[in-house]
Amino acid sequence: MDFQLTIHAALDRLRDGSLSSRQLTESLLQRIADTDDTIKAYLRVDGEGALRSAEEADRRRSQGEKAPLLGIPLALKDVICTKGIETTCASRFLQGFTPPYDATVVARLKESGAVILGKTNTDEFAMGSSTENSSYFTTHNPWDVTRVPGGSSGGSAAAVAADECLGALGTDTGGSIRQPAAFCGVAGLKPTYGRVSRYGLVAFASSLDQAGPLGKDVTDCALLLQTMAGYDPCDSTSVDLPVPDYYGALQPRLDGVRIGVPREYFGNGMQPEVEAAVRDALQVCRELGAELVDLSMPYTEYALPAYYIISSAEASANLARFDGVRYGARYDDAMREAADIIETTSKTRQQGFGDEVKRRIMLGTYTLSAGYYDAYYLKAQQVRTLIKRDFDQAFSRCDALIVPTTPTTAFRIGERVHDMLQMYLGDIFTLGLNLAGTCGISILCGFADGLPIGMQVLGGAFEEATILNVAYAYEQATAWHLQTPEL
Amino acid sequence: MAYETIIGMEVHAQVITASKMFCGCSADTSAPPNTHVCPVCLAMPGSLPVINEAAVRATIRTGLALHCEIPPHTKFDRKNYSYPDLAKGYQISQYDMPLCVDGWIDIPDGEDTKRLRIRRVHLEEDTGRLIHEGAHSLIDDNRSGMPLMEIVTEADLRSADDAWFYLTKLRAILRYLGVSSGNMEEGAMRCEANISIRPEGASTFGTRVEIKNMNSFRAVRQAIAYEIERQRALLECGEQVHQVTVGWDENRRRTVFQRSKEYANDYRYFPDPDLPPLQLERVMVEDMRRQLPELPDAKAERLAREYGVKGDDVALLVQERQIADFFEATVKAAQGLEPQVVANWMVGELFRLLSEQEVADGEIPITPQQLADLLMLLHKGAINAAAAKEVLAELFHRGGSAEEIIRRRGLRQISSESDLAAVVAQVLAENPQPVADYLQGKGAALGFLMGQVMKATRGQANPQVARQLLMESLEGRRHDTEE
Repeated sequence: MDFQLTIHAALDRLRDGSLSSRQLTESLLQRIADTDDTIKAYLRVDGEGALRSAEEADRRRSQGEKAPLLGIPLALKDVICTKGIETTCASRFLQGFTPPYDATVVARLKESGAVILGKTNTDEFAMGSSTENSSYFTTHNPWDVTRVPGGSSGGSAAAVAADECLGALGTDTGGSIRQPAAFCGVAGLKPTYGRVSRYGLVAFASSLDQAGPLGKDVTDCALLLQTMAGYDPCDSTSVDLPVPDYYGALQPRLDGVRIGVPREYFGNGMQPEVEAAVRDALQVCRELGAELVDLSMPYTEYALPAYYIISSAEASANLARFDGVRYGARYDDAMREAADIIETTSKTRQQGFGDEVKRRIMLGTYTLSAGYYDAYYLKAQQVRTLIKRDFDQAFSRCDALIVPTTPTTAFRIGERVHDMLQMYLGDIFTLGLNLAGTCGISILCGFADGLPIGMQVLGGAFEEATILNVAYAYEQATAWHLQTPEL
Repeated sequence: MAYETIIGMEVHAQVITASKMFCGCSADTSAPPNTHVCPVCLAMPGSLPVINEAAVRATIRTGLALHCEIPPHTKFDRKNYSYPDLAKGYQISQYDMPLCVDGWIDIPDGEDTKRLRIRRVHLEEDTGRLIHEGAHSLIDDNRSGMPLMEIVTEADLRSADDAWFYLTKLRAILRYLGVSSGNMEEGAMRCEANISIRPEGASTFGTRVEIKNMNSFRAVRQAIAYEIERQRALLECGEQVHQVTVGWDENRRRTVFQRSKEYANDYRYFPDPDLPPLQLERVMVEDMRRQLPELPDAKAERLAREYGVKGDDVALLVQERQIADFFEATVKAAQGLEPQVVANWMVGELFRLLSEQEVADGEIPITPQQLADLLMLLHKGAINAAAAKEVLAELFHRGGSAEEIIRRRGLRQISSESDLAAVVAQVLAENPQPVADYLQGKGAALGFLMGQVMKATRGQANPQVARQLLMESLEGRRHDTEE
């Protein structure tokens, strides 16, 4: 079936003419129609727009154009602005909001010929780890529909796993690409901060957010990143460094590669099958020629509190623009009852935001307040420096680190909604990387009771080629990524 | 009891740039509402700011002109507060690492000067403009994201006059640099004053009151004077001054309560993660220092020294760079003329014409060459002073050349004794009574007779020659009578 293709396989067939983008897109739209009532990965499918772009891509190809993603149907997390397509961040607040511009990553994908199928579900404003914080509905894990797909890019990960798109874009602030990739058994890469433009990503935590690809395998992630990466004059934090040939650098061997194994990422009450699967994967890497290096990253346990203080502080300011004045929902009831503009705004925000968003705004506002700034925000920034140093030291000794993505496999829908701390603790293996600002990819490395287990390959700043290569070599040596959920 | 007044000033000045502070929108404020807006200055979700280098340069130049240090590291911070004219819900500003610190400015102090310390100059973005129409409030976001400099003094001012001199001087410097129009009426320059008073000799400060809404130089002077008196009256009745913010009510000529300290905002400043810190290279800053134009103080000193112009006139000539340039160009074009004569005509007639006309500050509708030609004709005696004023007015309003206007309007001065002698004889013949009066010792009659000569020549008579001839004829008659 065409919808099951990887991006690289589909490109081969589009190039040899045995498949058109229109056929491929129709196949995916049919697949979405068949399975998304169950999975609920998409908030919005733009069938008409997708078919139009697909035909355009076919026409361009017939004229000899060779754009790198010409005719490839993709899904976008709904925190990424799309010109002319509603972008809600899964928030009631932005219901009906249609951006007048494309995010830079979207513009780049379109230039590369990609077809946009639609917008995928997420936790509201990307705040969460399960999509249960979506204002609209919870996405279901294709491997077990009673379980969460992870989050916040759960819609994108589930769409890839359920063959409802060939690849997808997510955003990763504290693990939001890698954790759902792990739960859904797909590959998901968080690039180095500054590698991909943030222009047009609705900001959650500006110093941590990065957009990245989710794909059915490592090769697809390399192909997508190739198009997404690069300097953008509209994002002052994007970095003007050349983009290497990620796809061309993929090799099946790991001879001479030093892989660090930080002890803080193992044990400590994690699900035994997860630890076992990652340790097996380490052996595979050794057999491929890699050298394993035991090391310690002592500040790992402080990543969680530092992350929640910094990300919430930034979020409290980033979300201040949602006042209902210039765009977004403004509640008429609030207008009628409110005494003044301040009250109108506050009622609009009360009704527009969900609980988790409010929780983070309050936390962030508190930690930035006079008298608390030094104890919280400033302290968290100092901790961040120490965590970064942990990573710097690790990467001075190793080319990459291999660690589990999550302590457990996907949990049941509803299981953690009343225990936020438990929910937050699920992200302990992914948060540190965002604080350090470097890159990581999560790939499938086994199953426990039919649920995917993810492992991360972490790299230093702008070492995407290195981690893609480690992940690719492992993937080539194993067959986990070829398994698909039964739907 | 005698009180001492302590004042600190905060001035916001719109920076003149082609585009806004953090986006590419035009910085032209005269456009119809909400036509110069984009996702960035409308704070659309996902949009990001990019620093306008021209605004950073303008601020550094201002700091250098105010003798500030330019620290090598600077950054932008988010100042969080909620108001409908603030699209993002925070203002990008600078908190603890401003672009410029620790400068000074000299202001007149009687015959002497007084040095005021400048605490900091920083760069931030302006808010949108609220327009209240009946029950509705509208927002014009053309101003949203416009670059704005904030210049803060230490509490070194001591009177309303100090404030007036400070603002005048600061405005002149901003205009010399071309970084701001400094126009208070249009809101391109806005100021706030923090005022407290204390018994003379006291070592601690009194409670300070912040005054806002002062929309002209005159308003600043009046508001501060009013506030000083209000505080003095309170203290003399044994009451307390409360720490409040007041606004100047232009119509009622008084300050009115706006809010008290209890409602002070906690702005929750933190470094803006969207904008990496800036490193300012020494070389660049020194380059900018070298390229500063001659500023008002230096120019005043030089005009006095090079041209020997009187101090009061110099002060008036250097208030606007274009005026000072005009003066120098005119002096150069009018070879052989005393520079003080040029200064007299500029400070007198030209300034009068400028003040009667609605022209932008510093703009002069005539060229230095036109004024020089006119003054040279006056100097050579081709016209008299009264005619020169007429010609200047016409040059100012309608343009043309002095020569042509003089010819067309027949203003050329009659200096020839033979031409004037006939007129004088005729005037004497037609006015026997004043002649008799003069001969009887009523000197005032001479003025009347001079007037008649000027009238008969339609103002063209050379007054010196005419007067000489009149005197001679009259004295001749005295002799006749006596004989």
